[in-house]
Amino acid sequence: MAVIFDFAVQGAQMLMVLLLAPLLTGLVRKVKARLLRRRGPPLIQPYRDLARLLRKEVVLADNASWLFRVIPYVVFAATWVAAALVPTFQSGLLFSWSADLIAIIALLGSARFFLALAGLDVGTSFGGIGSSREMMIASLAEPAMLMTVFTLALIAGSTQLSTVAAFMTSNEVGLRVSLGLALFALTMVAIAENARIPVDNPATHLELTMVHEAMVLEYSGRHLALIDLSSELKLLLYVSLIGCVFLPWGMAPSGASVQALAIGFAAYLVKLAIGAFLLAVFETAIAKMRVFRVPEFLGAALMLGLLATLFLFVSRSL
Amino acid sequence: MTMPFDPMAAVLVIPAAAAALLAALPGYRMTARLNVLAALLTFLAALSLFFERPEAGPYLLVDDLNNVFIVLTTFVGFTTSVFSASYIDHELEIGRLTPTFLRFYHAMYQVLMFAMNLALIANNIGLMWVAIELATLTTVLMVGIYRTHEALEAAWKYFILGSVGIALALFGTILVYMAARPAIGEGLPAMVWTNLVARAGEFDPALLNLAFVFLLLGYGTKVGLAPLHAWLPDAHAEGPTPISAVLSGLLLNVALYALLRFKMLLAANPYAVAPGPLMVTLGLISLIFASFMLYRRRDIKRMFAYSSIEHMGIITFAFGIGGPLANFAGLLHMTMHSLTKSAIFFAVGHIAQVKGTQKIAEMSGLTVTNPVLGWGLVIGVIAIAGLPPLGIFMSEFLLVSSTFAREPWLAILLVFGILVGFGALFLRLNSIAFGEPRGPSAEAKASYLPMYSHLAIVFVAGIYMPPAIVMWFQNVAKLLG
Amino acid sequence: MRGLSFDVAHLLAGGLVLVSFMQLYQDRLSALLNMFALHALVLTLSVAWQAYIQDAPHLYVTALIALVFKAIVIPIALHRIIVRLGIHREIDKVVGVGATMLLGMGLVALSMVVMLRVTADADPLAREDLAFALAVVLLGLLMMVTRRNAVSQVVGFMSIENGLVLAATGAKGMPLVVEISIAFSVLIAFIVIGIFLFRIRERFDTVDVQALDRFRGERS
Repeated sequence: MAVIFDFAVQGAQMLMVLLLAPLLTGLVRKVKARLLRRRGPPLIQPYRDLARLLRKEVVLADNASWLFRVIPYVVFAATWVAAALVPTFQSGLLFSWSADLIAIIALLGSARFFLALAGLDVGTSFGGIGSSREMMIASLAEPAMLMTVFTLALIAGSTQLSTVAAFMTSNEVGLRVSLGLALFALTMVAIAENARIPVDNPATHLELTMVHEAMVLEYSGRHLALIDLSSELKLLLYVSLIGCVFLPWGMAPSGASVQALAIGFAAYLVKLAIGAFLLAVFETAIAKMRVFRVPEFLGAALMLGLLATLFLFVSRSL
Repeated sequence: MTMPFDPMAAVLVIPAAAAALLAALPGYRMTARLNVLAALLTFLAALSLFFERPEAGPYLLVDDLNNVFIVLTTFVGFTTSVFSASYIDHELEIGRLTPTFLRFYHAMYQVLMFAMNLALIANNIGLMWVAIELATLTTVLMVGIYRTHEALEAAWKYFILGSVGIALALFGTILVYMAARPAIGEGLPAMVWTNLVARAGEFDPALLNLAFVFLLLGYGTKVGLAPLHAWLPDAHAEGPTPISAVLSGLLLNVALYALLRFKMLLAANPYAVAPGPLMVTLGLISLIFASFMLYRRRDIKRMFAYSSIEHMGIITFAFGIGGPLANFAGLLHMTMHSLTKSAIFFAVGHIAQVKGTQKIAEMSGLTVTNPVLGWGLVIGVIAIAGLPPLGIFMSEFLLVSSTFAREPWLAILLVFGILVGFGALFLRLNSIAFGEPRGPSAEAKASYLPMYSHLAIVFVAGIYMPPAIVMWFQNVAKLLG
Repeated sequence: MRGLSFDVAHLLAGGLVLVSFMQLYQDRLSALLNMFALHALVLTLSVAWQAYIQDAPHLYVTALIALVFKAIVIPIALHRIIVRLGIHREIDKVVGVGATMLLGMGLVALSMVVMLRVTADADPLAREDLAFALAVVLLGLLMMVTRRNAVSQVVGFMSIENGLVLAATGAKGMPLVVEISIAFSVLIAFIVIGIFLFRIRERFDTVDVQALDRFRGERS
């Protein structure tokens, strides 16, 4: 009986992330529009876009290979699994043994790799530019992310997200510089990875500045829908990751009652809303930087991550 | 302590009071005389320390080791003030200095004397650090006093390198305190020399080692040891010559004295690394590097600045080798070098004034045009190069022979370095002192007394050392371990 | 309480190292001076916290000196100077940011390795403080090496001093004399620098050390 319930909860989480992802993107857009004193599209616009794209016919380039057709599914699958692994409203889910930070990074990394391949596959110059820039960003963002993970793992003694979250709610944490630095680094990585404003603009199609959009320019129809959905999932993933690690309050422990689950779910929604709001404010307040400044931005993230790790060696463990 | 006259305090109070007085008084002729008088009084007070040694307090201390240093410092300080009086006259005449700056100069001179005496007499590692920093800041101001391009560059370089050195030294000082705290307890007692040396055996050796590395780098910068010497030639060449004489003859010694104190601390701890090899290495590097650099000098003050690096290398080497004989040689060498080098700078100062330049190429035949100055320089260079029968020959001979007995390979390097430097000095001396007279040759309005009195002491010391002084040096050498 | 007092000390000392890095990163002079003011502010907090947990009231004096002189007076004065010299927009960098940062990281790691190994049986608070202090000192040195403008070198020197103050306060019970004299000598150093800047300005209209370097007594 308990197993079935656990299965149900795990399944609910997988579905929930899928359903909430477009909403999160819609919320960010809405808040941004409001901040600019526009009315903005309705919250459910991303769902409508996805539905529209799914109905449309796929147009393929003449020289697109089979890889080009397969990649949207691969990317979507990898991102979805990664997003579903991050504890959201309850820690210690059935599959939480696999919710390892390094596994999540690996899943995201492979999704990115395939996407970059797709950008190169058709052989247009845009795709090539997009892929090469994406790789440049990734080459710095991933080490930065790993340094953050090291920090967390060293503090909590595990790379299991559930364990980390449980540790963070305990009293042992205290005030730690390393955690603050790791939060900064993780936020910077999240901004870069999700192609948000100072690094890339998700709403632009200006050739000179785009990174992510350039890479997926050749996609259409359901392929594009999948790719859009995966990037929405990725945004959700990062927001939930930051929420799970740095704001673990309200999250239900494993085997909790239905009531606790409801509280956990409500807390999760609040966290998402806060995340969306902060992201929108940040994006409105800041200007996009030149592409060549991006390495500096990510270099700072990498440095913070490194510093966070180093600081651990002189912290309480002394 | 009921005595009305406390020589330990007098050594500090006289220069401090004189500095205040000199800063307030106008009229450079009188202030120059006052400067001499204050320096003389300080010297006399220092001499009296030989006979009447006050009790060591938590801040001040006089023992066999620093007594030698204090007397040497105040003596050279006194003779330099005599030299400075005649030197400054000329600088005023040609307008390189104005009376306002002169007032500042004299006050700073006494502040410098105060700082050096304080550094030597301090019984507290923190106080000593403060004093050495004060001495650095004063000399920075004095080096930049001509306010030319070169002088400012030299002063800036000196300031930056000197402060970095002093910062590292402070870090080392803090580490020493950290090492001492568990054994001695918190607070003031853990920074007092006498306590530190007495209980050094109980300190944490690892902390002590690290502290010594910082101290060696920090105070080593001030000594002018080779990789850290970059400030030294500029500061010597661009400042007023009396300051070059004090820098070379005294301030380098003071920094070295600080190092020696800390070396004693390490030597008293059986588990700490032996500081000797580090000092030997730095000393040898300085010696050989500076000796080669001597060949390419075109500026006479720079050349003798490099010669100072060379000799500091030899002295550091001697103390690094350690043992009664090498320590004795090191002490003797230090004393002789101070006297000789300041005498050389006295000569060089007047020579540069007569010739109106510091470039070696533009001065030659000095023994013909200005025989008194020229021959003084010749004797000085003979002494500094280590020819018998002068004092430096004695100390170098002692050092080489004691090193040969213990570390033949090091002795070969040592002799090599000394010989290279020797060659360079004579090459230059030949063109300066002899050869076709060139350039202006007006009679210098100089007082030759300081220069020749130094040289006379060096000469006598090479032939005959009074047994009392030998005994004293031997005692100190034993103390150094 | 023991845990919290350590954590706050750790936070502040770590913050000091972080601000050191931010100083290394800044290439505009006025921004650099603001960073230095922040550096001094963090130092003030750190020293005040040490005073509180060590129950050593004299450290509050050190904190006050750091606050008044280093966080307020000196940055304002230096701001004035660079505005007067017209170099406040100047960009000053010798080595690239990336290389400097990596080098800085290496230095931080080095200082931790050295300090932790050496101070194995000291009190954790002091160990942590000394390790961070050494890191700040080394980063200040790095800054002096990688910059060529006189003002940035001075800032580098003052951050070295900040590191030393941190070390001195971390060493429990170090006598007052030294602390005040440290702060005092910084003041003296500043006066010296001020005089220098004016003289340099007076003479060559630049405080660029490279311009000074052109001149070597040897060559003339």
